Amino acid sequence: MWAPLEREIVVSNVLALSEKHALSVERLSVAFPHGDQVLLALDGTTLEVKRGEFVCVVGASGSGKSTLLNVLAGLDRPSAGRAHVHGRVALIFQESALLPWLTAAGNVELALELRGVPASARRQLAYELLGRVHMTGFEKRRPHELSGGMKQRVALARALAQDADVLLMDEPFGALDAISRDLLHEELLRIWRESRLTILFVTHNAREAVRLGDRVMVFTSRPGRVAHEVRVDLPRPRSLDSPELAVIAGRITDRLKHEVTNGG
Amino acid sequence: MAAELASQLDLHAVAPPTPHPVRKSIARTWSGLWPKLGAILLTLIFWQLVVWSGWRPQSALPGPWPVAHRLATDLSHFDFYAGMGVTLRRAALGYVIAAGVAVGVAILIGRIELARRSVGSLLVGLQSMPSIAWLPFAILLLQRSESAITFVVVMGAAPAIAAGLLSGIDHVHPLLIRVGRAMGADGLRLYRHVIIPAALPAFVGGLKQGWAFAWRSLMSAELLLVAANQTSIGQLLQSAGKLLDMQQLLAIMIVIFVFGILVDSLFGTLDTAIRRRWGLLGSEA
Repeated sequence: MWAPLEREIVVSNVLALSEKHALSVERLSVAFPHGDQVLLALDGTTLEVKRGEFVCVVGASGSGKSTLLNVLAGLDRPSAGRAHVHGRVALIFQESALLPWLTAAGNVELALELRGVPASARRQLAYELLGRVHMTGFEKRRPHELSGGMKQRVALARALAQDADVLLMDEPFGALDAISRDLLHEELLRIWRESRLTILFVTHNAREAVRLGDRVMVFTSRPGRVAHEVRVDLPRPRSLDSPELAVIAGRITDRLKHEVTNGG
Repeated sequence: MAAELASQLDLHAVAPPTPHPVRKSIARTWSGLWPKLGAILLTLIFWQLVVWSGWRPQSALPGPWPVAHRLATDLSHFDFYAGMGVTLRRAALGYVIAAGVAVGVAILIGRIELARRSVGSLLVGLQSMPSIAWLPFAILLLQRSESAITFVVVMGAAPAIAAGLLSGIDHVHPLLIRVGRAMGADGLRLYRHVIIPAALPAFVGGLKQGWAFAWRSLMSAELLLVAANQTSIGQLLQSAGKLLDMQQLLAIMIVIFVFGILVDSLFGTLDTAIRRRWGLLGSEA
């Protein structure tokens, strides 16, 4: 049931070769009909992410970053090339994408149900997962009773409930205030360390990318392609305010500006 | 961490003192009730004034008191309840069938593009068609039977219910559908866990409107068609008219009116509960 992606591509030598890769994207192009024309969102993107790696994708808006995640999550179809995820994926959206008629625990339980967890075990497991994102005491709240940061915590718990190997995050903290975002960065990094998830994190914020990622991929604007790769060797935990981080983020921002002025 | 924050803030200390829950609920009921009682009282006064003015003779327009008296007499007779029972049974049967048909049709239209273009356009026409226009057709098709009445009720209610559900399905936020699919829900499971619950507020709106149509259709059909010699509310109304018994007529009209209000407030409560749960109302606290 997980496998819209795995069903598509079963090439044994690729599997063997990329044993240590959690996801691989090869010359991926995605086009959408847009009025009379065809809009090319991604054009020959190639990307590989190792198991347990935290990779950030930075690009201006409209650079096809979200499209990349949607293809990896099986929500959009590639026009050419291929995208492969080894194992289960979970997707976290920018807006709070909780189902408004379910409580925080209900949202997590639904993910468990769709994964096939028996009914008797769901409640307790959901409470445990909400505890892991520090939402104990808020299990019975509905999304409209929660703040933006809390909603994203629940979304994180729900993604964990999917027992995914790869977590795809589409500007998840973009709408949050600076303090909530900082706290959620710490939370996410802690969960990543504990669970050895592979994370592909899309953002337009270079500082956020440098704070979180092992590597940062800079995308070209429309159509999207990896223009540049930055390996972040700063020791963790990293502070958003550290000068070293600012230097790297500044370089990435320059690069982004360059892409926008040249490509757009 | 958020829990920590809440406990540090000590929300109870900040909250204003709350009145006793029972007294609070009485106050709330009263504040909802008095405008209605006032409106009823004003209507009764107006009615009595018109009667006292001598505009029409007492036999043509009896005052509230004789009508209330007659209503009390009716309510103590078995015949009346039998009629009420027949009418309610027909309403319930027709309404349930209508809801079932409507859900099936709406999901079909929602899922299949061809069905939308074919049946979907007919639905609009059906909705604007007075259901009583189906009665002669129903009588020729099914004779003067219970089924003919049920048929008219279904034709009255089903289009409204289907339209409500369909608009709910069409307006499900695309993000929620993506969420559902990203969690691995597809086909029927997507409907069950995401689309139907998301469409529920609009569906309840459609159910409410469908009920109004069903009730009107039923009254019209009962007035025009006496099936299987069954005493029904519509038929009691009809015979009161034939016997020039205005007291009886008004008493039954009051029953119909009150019943309509009761069912409507039931739907209103359901609607509010769902909208609150879905976060579509501003929170009260």
